[in-house]
Amino acid sequence: MQKAVESSGIYKIFGETEALKNISFSVNESEIFGFIGPDGAGKTTLFRIITTLLLPDEGKMTVMGLDCRTGFKELRKNIGYMPGRFSLYHDLSVEENLNFYATVFGTTVEENYDLISDIYSHIEPFKKRLAGKLSGGMKQKLALSCALIHKPGLLILDEPTTGVDAVSRLEFWEMLKKLRQHNITIVVSTPYMDEAMRCDRVALIQEGHILSINQPEKIREEFSRKLFSAKAVEKYKLINALRNFPGTVTAYPFGDSVHVTFRSDEFDNSLYEYLNGMGISNVEINETRAGIEDRFLELMETPDTPPLKGDGGMLK
Amino acid sequence: MTEKAVISVRNLVKKFGSFTANDNLSFEVYEGEIFGFLGANGAGKTTAIRILSGLSEPTSGEVIVAGFNAKKQPEQIKKNIGYMCQKFSLYADLTVKENIMLYGGIYGMRKTLIRERTDLLLDKLNFREYGDRLISDLPLGLRQKLAFSVAVLHEPKIVFLDEPTGGVDPITRRQFWEMIYEAAGRGITVFVTTHYMDEAEYCDRVSIMSEGRIVAIDTPAELKKQYSAGSVEEVFVKIARPEGTHPPSPLSAS
Repeated sequence: MQKAVESSGIYKIFGETEALKNISFSVNESEIFGFIGPDGAGKTTLFRIITTLLLPDEGKMTVMGLDCRTGFKELRKNIGYMPGRFSLYHDLSVEENLNFYATVFGTTVEENYDLISDIYSHIEPFKKRLAGKLSGGMKQKLALSCALIHKPGLLILDEPTTGVDAVSRLEFWEMLKKLRQHNITIVVSTPYMDEAMRCDRVALIQEGHILSINQPEKIREEFSRKLFSAKAVEKYKLINALRNFPGTVTAYPFGDSVHVTFRSDEFDNSLYEYLNGMGISNVEINETRAGIEDRFLELMETPDTPPLKGDGGMLK
Repeated sequence: MTEKAVISVRNLVKKFGSFTANDNLSFEVYEGEIFGFLGANGAGKTTAIRILSGLSEPTSGEVIVAGFNAKKQPEQIKKNIGYMCQKFSLYADLTVKENIMLYGGIYGMRKTLIRERTDLLLDKLNFREYGDRLISDLPLGLRQKLAFSVAVLHEPKIVFLDEPTGGVDPITRRQFWEMIYEAAGRGITVFVTTHYMDEAEYCDRVSIMSEGRIVAIDTPAELKKQYSAGSVEEVFVKIARPEGTHPPSPLSAS
C-alpha cells in the first residue's frame, strides 16, 4: 500500500541549530498520525518540509507518492495545511476567507461543502463577520474549513489545539475523527500529551529527534518499570520525601498524585514507615498504568536514546 | 497557607460597552495559596487578571489586592505583585543579568540587593554559565523558569502567572511547578491560569469561569466530589461551557 508520507533520514540545520536529526517515519493512508512534543522539538520545521515550504538538507521525503523536491507543484494541490499561527485574512469576512481559499485551489465552496459542513455550520451564522473579530475557537474552525475546502488527500495541522481550553480541544478532536471517514490522512502536532491517545499512531519528538513511534497503547506498554501512584494531602512534601527514599528512581507529580518508580519492581513495604517518619500519614499507594507522558518522561531521562530503527509497530 | 485574604473581590463588574466581561465576581484568595483560575477561552479570565493587577479599572464593585484598592491605588498594587505570561516575559535581546537588573530597577530595588538576589537566583537555577547569554539564545524551558524567578525577584505578596507552562516539555513543566510550591511555601500567593488540567490538580483551590461568572470555586478534591468526576478536567468539561452556545443543527449549504 502506498504511504501518505514517507520520510527517511531527514536533517535540517539552521546556523548552529540542528532542528531535525535523522527523522524517519511513515504515515499510512487515512490514519491520524500525531507528533507529540514540546515547543522547539522540531514539529513545525518538519511540517514545513512535508508541505514543501522548506527543503531538507539531507534525506528523502515522499508525500502521496511524490518527491518533495521534484513533485512539489502537484503535491501542493493535494495538501491542506493549517499552520500554528492564525493563517486567515483578518480583514476579510468568514465567507470571504472560505471563498478565497476555494478559488485559489480552483474549486468552489459548494462543490466540497459536504466535507466541511459539520465544522463550518458552527460558524456559518457569523459568515459576514470579519475573521479578525472571531473568538479563538471560531477562528480555529474557520482555519480548518479553509484547509479542507479543496478536499485534500493529506491534512497537516500544526498545533491546532495550543492555547485552546479543554472543552474546545475535545470538540476539535471529535471533528478530526469524523474527517477520517472521508479518507483524509491527518498529520497533527500537539504539546498536550493526553491528546496522543486520540491518534492512531504517534511519534514522540524532542530536540529534533524522534524518541519513539508507535500506537499510543503500545507506547504506554513500552514503559520499562512498574509504576506506582501515591496520594497524600501534602503533595509537595510527599514528592520530596519520595524522591529522597533510597529505593526511588523517579518521582513526578501527575495531577492529584505522584507517579513513582523504584529500583526493584517488588514493592518495599518499609516505604510506609519511612513516609510516616517524615510526618506524612495516610498515604495511598497503588500500582498504576503508565500513560504517554510517563513514557515521554522516561525517554527524556535517557539522554542517549539511540536513533530509532525502522518504524516500530505499524498499523496493520 | 494562612486564612488571611490577600485578594478580596466583592461584586466585581467590568463592562465594555454593552458587553459584560466580568459579571458580579466575588471571591477571596489567601496568603501563600496556589489559586488556579480556570475557564474556557473568552470566559473573562484575562479581564479579571488585568483588574486584579491594577492595569484596568473595575466598572463597579470592590477589589482589594495586597491591601490596596484597585480603583484608587492601582500603582500601589503594581509594586506589590509580580506577573509573568507565556507570550511575553523577558527581553530577548538583553542578557540574563541585564533582564534581572532591569526588572529589579523597575521595582525600585537597590543595586546591592539586586546583585545579591541575582547571585542567589543564578545559583539556585544552576544558571551561572548563562548569566551573560542573551535570552533569545536560551531554550524555552530555561527562559520560563528564569521568567518566574524574575517575577518574584522583589518578593511580591502575589504573583500572577498567565499560562506559564504553555508548550514547555513535561520535565520542565514539573520543575516549574516545584518552583511554584516553593514560592507559596515562602508565603507568596500564586494566582495561575492554565489549559493543562492536570496542573489544576496541583492547586490548593481552583475557580472555573464561564461567560463572565465564576460557576465553581473550591479545592480540586471537593469539586470532583461535588460533580462526581474523576478529575478536574471532567469537572471542567461539565461546567465550563453553558449549554446551547453553538447552533444546534447544521445549517443548509448557502
